[in-house]
Amino acid sequence: MASEVSHILWFQDLRPEARSLVGSKNASLGEMMREGLRVPSGFALTTLAYDAFIENAGLRPRIHTALGGLDPEDTGAVEAISRGLRAEIERATLPRSVAEELRLSYAVLAEEACTPTPPVAVRSSGTAEDMAGASFAGQQDTYLWVQGVESLASHTLRCWSSLFTPQAISYRARMGYPPEAVSMSVGVQRMVDARVAGVMFTVNPLNGDPSKIVIEASWGLGLSVVGGEVTPDDYWVDKVTLGVIRRNVCRKATKYVRDPAGGGVSVVAVPEPAQAVPCLTDGEVIELARLGKALEVVCGSARDIEWAIDEVLPSPDNVLLLQCRPETIWSRRRAEPLVAPKATGIDYVLGAMLGPPPRKAE
Amino acid sequence: MVEARARARSFPSPFDVATPLGAEGWQEMYPYYYLFSPERREFEEGKLWFRDGMHHPEPLYPFDTVTSESWWVGLGQYNTRVFIVPPALGIDQRVLNGYLYISANAITDNDVVGKRVDFFMKRAGHYFQNWDALYAKWEKKATETIRELQAIQVPSLPEMEDESMVTEGRGVTSAYHLIAAYDRCIENMYKMWHLHFEFLNLGYAAYLTFYGFCQQAFPGIPDQNVAKMVSGIDVMLFRPDDELKRLAQLALDLGVSDAFGDGRSPDQVLADLSQGAAGQQWVADLEKTKDPWFNFSNGGGFYHHHRSWIDQPKLPFSSIRSYIGQLQRGEDIARPMQVVRAERDRITAEYRALFKTDEDRKAFDDQLGLARTVFPYVENHNFYVEHWHHTIFWNKIREFSQVLKAADFWDEVEDLFYLHRREVYDALYDCITSWAVGTPARGPKYWRPIIQKRKKIIESLYQWTPPPALGPPPEVITEPFTIMLWGITTERVGEWLNPSGGEDARTLSGFAGSGGVAEGPARVVLNVEEISSVLEGEILVCTITSPSWTPVFNKIRAAVSDIGGMMSHAAIVSREYGLPAVVGTGWATTKIKTGQRLRVDGDTGVVTLLD
Repeated sequence: MASEVSHILWFQDLRPEARSLVGSKNASLGEMMREGLRVPSGFALTTLAYDAFIENAGLRPRIHTALGGLDPEDTGAVEAISRGLRAEIERATLPRSVAEELRLSYAVLAEEACTPTPPVAVRSSGTAEDMAGASFAGQQDTYLWVQGVESLASHTLRCWSSLFTPQAISYRARMGYPPEAVSMSVGVQRMVDARVAGVMFTVNPLNGDPSKIVIEASWGLGLSVVGGEVTPDDYWVDKVTLGVIRRNVCRKATKYVRDPAGGGVSVVAVPEPAQAVPCLTDGEVIELARLGKALEVVCGSARDIEWAIDEVLPSPDNVLLLQCRPETIWSRRRAEPLVAPKATGIDYVLGAMLGPPPRKAE
Repeated sequence: MVEARARARSFPSPFDVATPLGAEGWQEMYPYYYLFSPERREFEEGKLWFRDGMHHPEPLYPFDTVTSESWWVGLGQYNTRVFIVPPALGIDQRVLNGYLYISANAITDNDVVGKRVDFFMKRAGHYFQNWDALYAKWEKKATETIRELQAIQVPSLPEMEDESMVTEGRGVTSAYHLIAAYDRCIENMYKMWHLHFEFLNLGYAAYLTFYGFCQQAFPGIPDQNVAKMVSGIDVMLFRPDDELKRLAQLALDLGVSDAFGDGRSPDQVLADLSQGAAGQQWVADLEKTKDPWFNFSNGGGFYHHHRSWIDQPKLPFSSIRSYIGQLQRGEDIARPMQVVRAERDRITAEYRALFKTDEDRKAFDDQLGLARTVFPYVENHNFYVEHWHHTIFWNKIREFSQVLKAADFWDEVEDLFYLHRREVYDALYDCITSWAVGTPARGPKYWRPIIQKRKKIIESLYQWTPPPALGPPPEVITEPFTIMLWGITTERVGEWLNPSGGEDARTLSGFAGSGGVAEGPARVVLNVEEISSVLEGEILVCTITSPSWTPVFNKIRAAVSDIGGMMSHAAIVSREYGLPAVVGTGWATTKIKTGQRLRVDGDTGVVTLLD
């Protein structure tokens, strides 16, 4: 059956036209991978897998009834319905065909990782229609260090159930979306055992200067940087020459690591001597910037990127990109000329002599 | 609790700086107009003076003020009287305890600035529009001036004039020729410095304009990247070093490279080579190469004792020796011209592609175009003036000293340089009157004690550390030449006033002169005699480098200097050789010891002491 083939798509096989099936997060990972950028391997459970699941579990009429005629402002009712629906989704099982594909795909990752239960990150990946309400619709759902196919299946269900958080339900009701017309893809990606991780902008986020790449980095998994739990180091790189032009090293007191007790992650203290030392070498900064610059070229506009440096892989294979989305603030701004056009080079010289003197930034 | 140290707001007044012990009477060595004086006290105390450690790092020998006094006029007049630069007059000079201090003069009255604009546009416009033709003319003028200097004959004073004096009815004697020749030498020096500034201020203005635009578009763009987009490929200052590489190859081709064995002096090498035909061919080539390429100063050219390759062939010969070694090991020693050119094109295209509007791309193209037009002059004038011309000049002056020495005025040729150029004129006049009349001159008794005294004074002045600046600093340093040529910025002045970290600081900051990071042992080099001590893989730490040090850049891992901005020699050569460089650190040679391990970060301009 043709639909079976599309329950799961590997990142490296994702074509741009698959975006509606796998959501934008997964689609951009596919694009990065096709361009030869280093991205941990993985696959997407498509929206068709979600549809098959809802159908198979007999949840469609249930959703229709529960949400039909709901008053989005009635918080109590919304919360009760959310609790009920989410519990049902998380209790249900995957259709056999989806479960089998998931098992086989996970086995491929296991073979690649040379371990029966490789840790993976499980993330929701919304399709474009949901973007406006992205932050409500479970877009931020990420489960780290998920191991074993059963756990993988249950975390997939948790991603899907996040479509029915109270916020997502009332948002869609307010916007007048038909309650059953939602779907969601889920990304499954091999976990990077990050020594260091963080974010990278391919434009200076402070002033929109397109000649800079700014990297924020801290020890351990990227959660502490993304979540603003530490003041990360920042490194500024000139995009043209890839020279490091600024290093600002901060005290990084805590880090997220794999929970030694089992699945998931936990926060631990960074040993004192490591707190105030740079967490990236110049080589790593430059390799990251190189990847960021290449990614921007591929995408055609500035990017906001999550990355990690693997604990065990050799350099430069240890520098990995995890996520990428368009930079929105400066890219959307209308470009104004920096100087009024002048007739000749000499007029610019006069203008400079009479205007404010050249000053170095910072 | 210890109270925080009060932040200094001003440098010492020039009137409050004490004379170093043993240097009493130093003022006599310099003309009256060169000194801070009660008559101009209010004016002189009201502004910032900073030490020109860039061109005149050492105390000024009385005669050597001929260079500083020449550029005082040369630079100033082109801003003030020729091109009528709207917001800037010339740069003033004073000598304090033997060291040169300079001060910029911005025009702050907007009406005055406005009135100067039309003149500037017309006059500077003419130069910018006809740059290449005028520059070709300049090269001709400069070469002619050098040849005129070279042609000046310095006669000795004969016991009796030649008979042809009478038979040809010549009318003027050796006395006239001697004094006239001296005048012509000094006038020739003045002329060369007029030529020096014919294009330089405009050249820097065009470069600064492009630099400012790049800073506006890409805040924090490394200075060196701006320089890379503009700088030329065939720069004259690299030519002498290229010639040494060529001579090394020639020695191998002719099979005479054995003559350059370790530890052999240039004289020994030349004596060996003259034994055979192949060797003679090499020597003939060397002689041809020397004019002009060995007129290459080991220092900045501003001091008489900055001798050149032509006088001190040890440096070029040891470079030839090491190039021969590299060639024998199969190394490619040619400068990576293709790489440099391709990199320049790539960088330019990538920055250009970052602009979002057509207006900005036009502004970038126009300003870069002008900067590239002017830059060959900015890069090459230095060879003509400070190296080629000045090498000949100092040696020509030594010929006059020889005449005076022969007349028993002093014991050593170098003694002349303890006299100001007008005192030398007096000495020469004393000498010719004595020769003419046949009676003893006063000079031999008169100058010896003065020279003795001045030697002691200069020695004491060398021991003294001049403050980096004098007087009250302005809120912000805006004068473009100050920033560009001397590397003096508001931040730098603030750092001088209130040094961060104190004695124990493990880092020094300066200009990011050339990108990259390197670690290695330091080699502190204070003068050219020590340059041969630099070992492979060391980090050169110096007050300032001279272009003739270029060969050593093949050996070192990075360069650090006390003095200099982004266009200083150390920065330019480091970029060329792809080495990290931090320039203008202020104190590197006093804080760093040879052998200490350093980390030089040429991207951020920070030097870290690792030991």
